[in-house]
Amino acid sequence: MLANGPSFRLLPRLDDDNTFFWTSGEDGVLRILRCNNCQFYIHPPGPICPQCLSRDVAPQSVSGRGRVETFTINYQEWIPGSEPYAIVWVSLDEQPSVRLTANLIDVEPDDIVIGMEVEVAFEHNDDVYLPVFRPTTDGGDR
Amino acid sequence: MSPLHEEPLERRAIISGIGQSAIGRRLGRSELELTIEASLAAIADAGLTRDDIDGLSTYPGMGTGTAGFAGPTTPEVQDAMGLSLNWHDGGGEGAGQMRAVIAASLAVAAGLARHVLVYRTVTEGSAQGTGGRQGIGGSGGGGRGIPRMGGFLQWSLPYGAVSAANWIAMVGQRRVHEFGLTSEQLGQIAVNGRRNAALNPNAIYSDPLSLDDYLASRVISSPLRLFDCDAPCDGATAVIVSHRDVAGDLDHPAVQINAVGTALRGRPSWDQFDDMTTMAARDAGASMWERTELVPADVDTAQLYDGFSVLTIVWLEALGFCGRGESGPFIEGGANIARDGLLPLNTAGGQLSGGRLHGFGLIHEACVQLRGEGGERQVVRPGGRVPEVAAVANGGGPIAGSMLLTRGVR
Repeated sequence: MLANGPSFRLLPRLDDDNTFFWTSGEDGVLRILRCNNCQFYIHPPGPICPQCLSRDVAPQSVSGRGRVETFTINYQEWIPGSEPYAIVWVSLDEQPSVRLTANLIDVEPDDIVIGMEVEVAFEHNDDVYLPVFRPTTDGGDR
Repeated sequence: MSPLHEEPLERRAIISGIGQSAIGRRLGRSELELTIEASLAAIADAGLTRDDIDGLSTYPGMGTGTAGFAGPTTPEVQDAMGLSLNWHDGGGEGAGQMRAVIAASLAVAAGLARHVLVYRTVTEGSAQGTGGRQGIGGSGGGGRGIPRMGGFLQWSLPYGAVSAANWIAMVGQRRVHEFGLTSEQLGQIAVNGRRNAALNPNAIYSDPLSLDDYLASRVISSPLRLFDCDAPCDGATAVIVSHRDVAGDLDHPAVQINAVGTALRGRPSWDQFDDMTTMAARDAGASMWERTELVPADVDTAQLYDGFSVLTIVWLEALGFCGRGESGPFIEGGANIARDGLLPLNTAGGQLSGGRLHGFGLIHEACVQLRGEGGERQVVRPGGRVPEVAAVANGGGPIAGSMLLTRGVR
């Protein structure tokens, strides 16, 4: 059976630092905070670049492509009514040190391998567009 | 070789007394009562009276975490026991649960206190009732009317990564990928713990557990099975941290704090830490060995955090008992970590079978072994020697602390 997410989503509380991230998917594009001084991608977002300490930081559109660094299939019903779902850490192509925790969806759990190429999708829930990932559909030639 | 030019200050501190309350799955007793029971036992064990105690410390302190997790606050314990204090401290941030012991050792070394009562109390067994283990944030759903998540939990909870079991499973799967870790290898942590718990009258689970039993148990979050997860319980552990000047007054061997490991050099994050196979244990372990002339081969017994079994094998490597990625082969078959093996591990059953006393059960057991008071489960090293050096580790993911303890003052 294809894995999706849990049956219910606990949602993030939006604030000045994180709203751009959690609402970015409204136009189908993933955005990560980036330092305009040294071009370092900063995640989770904060008011200053941890590399060069510049405060000139702004959301930057990214490809939404990345790789599965590790994963787990959750079976325990912490959230009642959930079928087994896949939790992944995805490293982003633009800067692999940035990892997003997410669900891998539209996938057979047995088909998940570390290193597989994935692309972002968004799950609209209330005022939040949760980034999730699915296996790349274009062969991932990059 | 130590980069230090002078003796590490923690070496001025000893653990002069230890005590535990009753320990059980669900005792139905208050956390304050359990704390006092353990504290009075530790004070008596140190040959002290209540009036000698002038310092108080705990992990984590006020209002932290899910129900049954935090234990009573230091003001509650101070007031209940009528303590007059020169130094007091509680907090959930620092080098693992043992941060409370480390802080006490430094307070004693700095002359802020003479005898510090340090405690850790859990009533998670009672708090969770019979409904099974809960995730963080409860089991509620999304949408309107449900509390929203801020802070670091916002990055994992929306995806159903609601338990440390999920986060640590990620480390385990990465180890399967990088090092070829097998279920048969990982299972030895649970099997070893249960074997030792059979000789610990206070253990939560003492029925025999075979590797086949382990392999047949249900998967919680792959690759973690039920028996890879520790057992929530009720119980309190207390230790007295004193100045080493009083070591000669004790009617049992003093346990000296030889070195502590407190570093966090990578990012303080579950999913952003550079090395997904080790995390903060790598840094705590490295910083501990930088503070001592002892080496891993000197260690006679290791009490390594097993909130989840994967964390124990992370610690085996982080503390240098085997090379990076070699913990799987090291524990395979279980002989190396048995009580008569190369590195007797979690000799009271750890948290998997002894109960989730959250780091402090491991500290307690290290002292028991160094004092030669382990009874049936006492480790005897080649040549009939009682253990002289013990390593203790607490924590997982971005949370880690470690200590080297020695029998007697060096």
